[in-house]
Amino acid sequence: MAVSISTAPRTVKKAATLTLKRRARWGEAIGEAAVKIVALTSIASVVLILIFVGKEALPVLTSSELHKELTFGGMFRPSAAGYVWQPVSEVPKYNIVPLFVGTLKVTLVSLFVAVPLSVAAAVFVAEFAGRTAREIVKPAIELLAGIPSVVVGFFALVVLATWVQSIFGTEHRLNTLVAGIALSFAIMPVVFSVSEDALRAVPDSYRQAAIALGSTKSQVVLRVVLPAAAPGIAAAVVLGFGRAIGETMIVILATGNAALLDFDLGHSVRTVTATIAQELGEVVVGSAHYHLLFFLGALLFLSTLVVNAGGERIVSGMRRKLGGGS
Amino acid sequence: MAKGTGHVLQRRVRKSDRVLLGATGFATALILAMLATLVLDVVVGGAKTVTWSFLSEAPTKGMTAGGIFPAIVGTVALTLMMTLAAVPAGVATAVYLTEYAAASSPIARAIRICISNLAGVPSIVFGLFGLGFFVTTIGRGIDNTFYAGHLTYGKPALIWAALTLAILTLPVVVVSTEEALRSVPRELRDASLALGATRFQTVLRVVLPHALGGILTGAILAVSRGAGEVAPIMFTGVAYFLPYLPKYPNDQFMNLGYHVYVLATQSPDVDRTKPLLYGTVLVLLGLTFLLNLVAIVIRSRMRRRILA
Repeated sequence: MAVSISTAPRTVKKAATLTLKRRARWGEAIGEAAVKIVALTSIASVVLILIFVGKEALPVLTSSELHKELTFGGMFRPSAAGYVWQPVSEVPKYNIVPLFVGTLKVTLVSLFVAVPLSVAAAVFVAEFAGRTAREIVKPAIELLAGIPSVVVGFFALVVLATWVQSIFGTEHRLNTLVAGIALSFAIMPVVFSVSEDALRAVPDSYRQAAIALGSTKSQVVLRVVLPAAAPGIAAAVVLGFGRAIGETMIVILATGNAALLDFDLGHSVRTVTATIAQELGEVVVGSAHYHLLFFLGALLFLSTLVVNAGGERIVSGMRRKLGGGS
Repeated sequence: MAKGTGHVLQRRVRKSDRVLLGATGFATALILAMLATLVLDVVVGGAKTVTWSFLSEAPTKGMTAGGIFPAIVGTVALTLMMTLAAVPAGVATAVYLTEYAAASSPIARAIRICISNLAGVPSIVFGLFGLGFFVTTIGRGIDNTFYAGHLTYGKPALIWAALTLAILTLPVVVVSTEEALRSVPRELRDASLALGATRFQTVLRVVLPHALGGILTGAILAVSRGAGEVAPIMFTGVAYFLPYLPKYPNDQFMNLGYHVYVLATQSPDVDRTKPLLYGTVLVLLGLTFLLNLVAIVIRSRMRRRILA
């Protein structure tokens, strides 16, 4: 009991038992207090993130000094040149629409690739796979989740981009399609594991009832298990979306980072996250550009909070409906 | 129903089973193939570069030659410091949630909500937070209080990057530790309490030793996650190139992941840096894979023990 010995008053030398008791009581109190205080770290962190990202973002809305250079309308409405993000130029243009459209474009492509594959894989693992197959697939997907995003981005930049260009003949080598496919690497583990949990949460009695009524395996899966797990799979997609809009290193390496506003998948794009990562290092602290980058971060933070809360809500709602089994 | 139609129906039905099995199995195989392609490409591309001298030397000639030793040292120092902060905080949180708080406690609920939110915060937001809180607020505060405004801690530094990453990896430690604590049988706690041990003694000497595997898994996963993150350290301490190794908590440092980013985007000579780039990626990927594998093995052993 190292804790209590170090905290015991050294001068007290009464009956041994009494000291021991008092030591234990002191150690106990200090130990418990420490645990309880340290346990608040997560709450403190979330609050501090809100305060300190918010504090630097707020001048975008309130500072009249900043509004000489940066108007709220100008962030969303097109100027004479259209929707332009050009923060470093003689007349800086701070239209954030192309950045958000860029993020959405890449995210949608990645969901389009990742969702069918990961949900199908989840069905395979939960409904068809034997023990051996499961013990290969699940750790493999955990490994996939463990690949650093900068490594996936590197792979997209060096290898995937060449393949995509030779197959689809895209105009830019780095583009929405490349980034979307690369991003799907990062969100497949999320979509897979949440979907698989959802499928597993469907009680076996559902399957047994369907089989007893003469259903085949495919009917059981497609008409009973999948509909019952549908909210969980929806949550998986929502959580995958939340993961995708916040991803930085993959898109920074794979998109080409040109803030173009169009809907051509073969064109380069610039996402919100990549903009922050690339520009914050060179920005003048306290400038309009600096505060705007924090503002983008705050918007990103708030959207992931909302998206994740939505996802969690669906999951817990489904758990309750299916009787809490997992 | 005639015998013939029943037979046909059954056959068609079996066929649809096979189609579904085939389609889902194919999707699974495709995901595994994507993983394998990436890993093989990195291994084949990097195998020739990763030699002892690559691991033990500093970059030279404007990072077009030499090794990645400072980046390895920086990454190790960063994750070590991060672990020192994240593991105690994460374990204490998990202990509080499982051993002290009542299930209905509003504080426990708030902690859980914050943990799951933290896990979803984009890594670049952690970067912004680290800059706004640790570097410019705490760091500058320390400078003004202890160093008479002399720029010492109010700049990007190892300690700020480590603390930023510690918050990012906190959920990993908490979730893994909590799972391990929940798997400790109730009887053990009851026995300990019945023998006159206090609650804290029970936690310290009975519950935590029993859950050591899970805590270790959490720590390893946190290290693996932290070793690969780039966005949160970009503005809080990492350096493009340093001629020296980090010695003090307020030194800047080099980092494997950031090195990959720098080599991939800012190289003056793409063809000459490509082997170095592949080598660095292989080292980073090897490191994170190794850590993940160890965590997976420990965890599956632990689960088997619980089932047995």
